[in-house]
Amino acid sequence: MSDILDLGAREIARAVVAKKTSALEIAEDALARAHARDGAVGAYLTIVDDVAREQARRVDAALAKGANLPLAGVPVAIKDNMCLSGTRTTAASKILGNWVASYTATAVQRLLDAGAIPVGKANLDEFAMGSSCENSALGVTRNPWDLSRVPGGSSGGSAAAVASGTAAFALGSDTGGSIREPAAFCGVVGFKPTYGRVSRYGLIAFASSLDQIGPIAKSVEDCALVYEIIAGADPADATTVERPVERTLDAMRDDLKGLRVGIVREFDLAKLEPEVRAVYEQAYRDLERLGAELVEVALPTADYGVATYYLIAPAECSSNLARFDGMRYGLRVEGVDVGATYEATRAAGFGDEVKRRILIGTYALSSGYYDAYYVRAQKARTLIAADFNTAFEWCDVIACPAASSPAFEFNAKSDPVSMYLMDYYTIPMSLAGLPSLSVPCGYVTPSGSAKPLPLGLELTTPLFAERALLGVAYAYERGTRHAEKHCPPALEAVR
Amino acid sequence: MSVTAAAGDSALQVNGGAYEAVIGIECHVELKTETKMFCGCRNVFGSEPNTNVCPVCLGYPGALPVPNRLAIEAIVKAGLAFGAEIPPFSKFDRKNYFYPDMPKNYQISQYDTPFTRGGVVSFWLPDGTQRQIRLTRIHLEEDTGKSIHAGSTDGRLGGSTHSLVDFNRAGVPLMECVSEPDIRSAVEAVAYLEALKRTFVALGVSDVKMEEGSLRCDANVSIRPTGASELGTKTEIKNMNSFRSVQRAIGNEISRQAEALSRGERIVQETRGWDEVAETTIVQRSKEEAHDYRYFPDPDLVPIEFAARDIARLRDELVTLPQPRLERLILHDRVSVVQAHQLIDTPGLADYYEETVALSEAPQATLNFVLGELSRLANETATAVASSALTPKALAEIVDLTSRGAINSKTAKDIIARVWSEGGSPAEIVEREGLGQVSDPAAVDGFVREVIAAQAESVENFRNGKETVLKFLIGQVMKTSRGKADPKLAEERLRALIAGSDP
Ligand SMILES: [Zn+2]
Repeated sequence: MSDILDLGAREIARAVVAKKTSALEIAEDALARAHARDGAVGAYLTIVDDVAREQARRVDAALAKGANLPLAGVPVAIKDNMCLSGTRTTAASKILGNWVASYTATAVQRLLDAGAIPVGKANLDEFAMGSSCENSALGVTRNPWDLSRVPGGSSGGSAAAVASGTAAFALGSDTGGSIREPAAFCGVVGFKPTYGRVSRYGLIAFASSLDQIGPIAKSVEDCALVYEIIAGADPADATTVERPVERTLDAMRDDLKGLRVGIVREFDLAKLEPEVRAVYEQAYRDLERLGAELVEVALPTADYGVATYYLIAPAECSSNLARFDGMRYGLRVEGVDVGATYEATRAAGFGDEVKRRILIGTYALSSGYYDAYYVRAQKARTLIAADFNTAFEWCDVIACPAASSPAFEFNAKSDPVSMYLMDYYTIPMSLAGLPSLSVPCGYVTPSGSAKPLPLGLELTTPLFAERALLGVAYAYERGTRHAEKHCPPALEAVR
Repeated sequence: MSVTAAAGDSALQVNGGAYEAVIGIECHVELKTETKMFCGCRNVFGSEPNTNVCPVCLGYPGALPVPNRLAIEAIVKAGLAFGAEIPPFSKFDRKNYFYPDMPKNYQISQYDTPFTRGGVVSFWLPDGTQRQIRLTRIHLEEDTGKSIHAGSTDGRLGGSTHSLVDFNRAGVPLMECVSEPDIRSAVEAVAYLEALKRTFVALGVSDVKMEEGSLRCDANVSIRPTGASELGTKTEIKNMNSFRSVQRAIGNEISRQAEALSRGERIVQETRGWDEVAETTIVQRSKEEAHDYRYFPDPDLVPIEFAARDIARLRDELVTLPQPRLERLILHDRVSVVQAHQLIDTPGLADYYEETVALSEAPQATLNFVLGELSRLANETATAVASSALTPKALAEIVDLTSRGAINSKTAKDIIARVWSEGGSPAEIVEREGLGQVSDPAAVDGFVREVIAAQAESVENFRNGKETVLKFLIGQVMKTSRGKADPKLAEERLRALIAGSDP
């Protein structure tokens, strides 16, 4: 089985289109691999055998008629907060019960139309609220690099599926770092496009003004390939932008000559552990070696990012999650009257972190507190976006750590605030709506462990500059080849 | 408009002092769009429960709203019709509260940026006085579903065993029109609502049917010494299901407050529901239970900005509005207030009237036909005047033939009835069938002589001073002439010939 499934998405599609194999064969292999390997990792909440086979047959039939499918036969893991018609969709929450989606999310549909084969629905922190996947109410996902550690979150299942080789790529969603942090923890590439680029229709909302779907893959090129397919205006999502999606696959560059890379003054590497710091210092030197010029830029309001985010996102989620009330679908716990039924259902259905955020958000929107919290947070958000605009007058791309540490052990962040701070480097970009990705940039081996853990370099460009961003990330990836140096032990054991 | 007498609006007295009522009305008007406000489901009344639904209007996980442009244009037109200001920037907000008929447990509405601000609603009261009520705002929101309480005897929540929800109405576009507290009586409140209805129907934006729930309204009612500038404590009246119940409920509440003040009691700020059967308002909710709706801008929807040219285009698209037409009819054409409202409030009738007048140049005669014979036929045949086979041109011919004396009124009615169903030109029918009025004295004398010969006994009675017999004899002349004889001439000749003939 060390085979075609270990190739990238682009190569798999080429092999299928060239009839070296069929979509159905790949689907069977991918399903077999997922069933065999996923016991240890737990990337999936549901493996969708029937849907995968049915889609594979459709793809093979379309290919036989000469269809041109850029993702023909490519196995994909879909974060389980996205609807796939006819499959259980849970957002990793008990409150959805065994709700079966009656429609398919736009981004997922675009993948299906391009020939991709869904392998399963990937685990996440409940309603995408968390940075470790530990907030899933339905299952534990382990980091393929070290099964005693978390895969990151909230798209932990998506990143772990790609890292463990059960899917060639995955869809994740990123609200404050939920694609980039798990990608960094799992040694893969995770890409959050500009807010408004990819339709959110069919993505179970956490914080509507921040949520954005994006790919997690083994290479920058695969992210670009998937991005070109899922991006673009959608009449079903009023927040998508009517703006042509530029080609990105032809923007891949070999070096970084003439590029100005901004290093953020406020993101002081001295705050990090020495081994982690050394990896990032090396990453910056590698950027220089590839021809980039490093310039210092300032984001004076970046320190307010986490506080700002933890008002806006909970405010929106307190309203978005109101619909889960036991009346029309999902879990229902009967009470003596409708009010009691609401309370019993939501008390039993939501986990602690979700309840915490609903409470924070309800409070922030309450009359008397609205101006002090929600309105001020919106003002801070505007200032943070303005800071980025100023910074981008001095540089083309900003480079910084994707996370302050490699994957941590289970239960290491029992205090919610320490967990919130995991997103320190990713939240400001989310608040500004910027395209941002994490690409592998090296490894650290914690003391007392033999297992190297990957780290991710976060690269960010101005709004809608995905083409430039992917080009730069490709040059860095090609110029460093970190992903080729190690592979997850979970995978080695299988091999 | 049912222009009725100002019943129950006698001057208000509290312990001998003159008081006045201060009333503001909030009404919800469903827009008559093809599709719902934020999804593609059909917007129709009366379908099987839960058949016009989709993931968006059921609030399914992951579904997103997309605004209906035509609904937004409709509300802007509604505002423009009353001279409202259209702010260049508007947005949608979420109004958060839990209720089973609200799928998302928040309602997409507008909090601080309504699509229209200000404006004035002008109308006549039945007694002919003109009134102007200021509008505060009109904003757009989505309707909720409909709860049906089962297992109780009266369909109410109390005593029911379970509730069912029909989401066909969920997501239907709803305009909320808020008036300033300028209304001073129950009759004015109804006239105000009828003026709104008249305009919305003319614009084609809504059916405004209270019985189907496409118009729902609440009234804020208080009283104060006449001329005072401060407002009294108000109550909010709900559950008014017809114009009649609006008038009864507000009138009843004004009296209740006046009686309470007379007894030295204080008015408590509260919500009261109108009980149609008991003819009284009943406390529903006190102010302390007021909700905190936690309004905030809906992040799923982008703000809406209007360019001046968009508004200019919508202004150009406005149809002829009822209020300026009423003014023209009442002040220029001297049509009575009641008749003018009859013309305007019957679909197509004012157009029909005006087209006919333009051809006939006889406004009074035309008005008599339109509100008389034509309206009677319309009722009888359940056909709108405008869709009968009798065109304004044909009616103009009839008006012309009648005023020239070429046909008498009986013939006119007969021809109207024929052309109403069969069509054709009245002038040609008269010509072809020789129905023209016979005004030649010699010809009429022929008919008169026949009648005198045949009705000897009646003629004798007339000679003996029984004047009433003449009517019968005229009728006989008309019958003999097959309705063509000029009745006036017939009477004249009857008198002359009876007097000049021997018994
Ligand atoms: Zn719908």
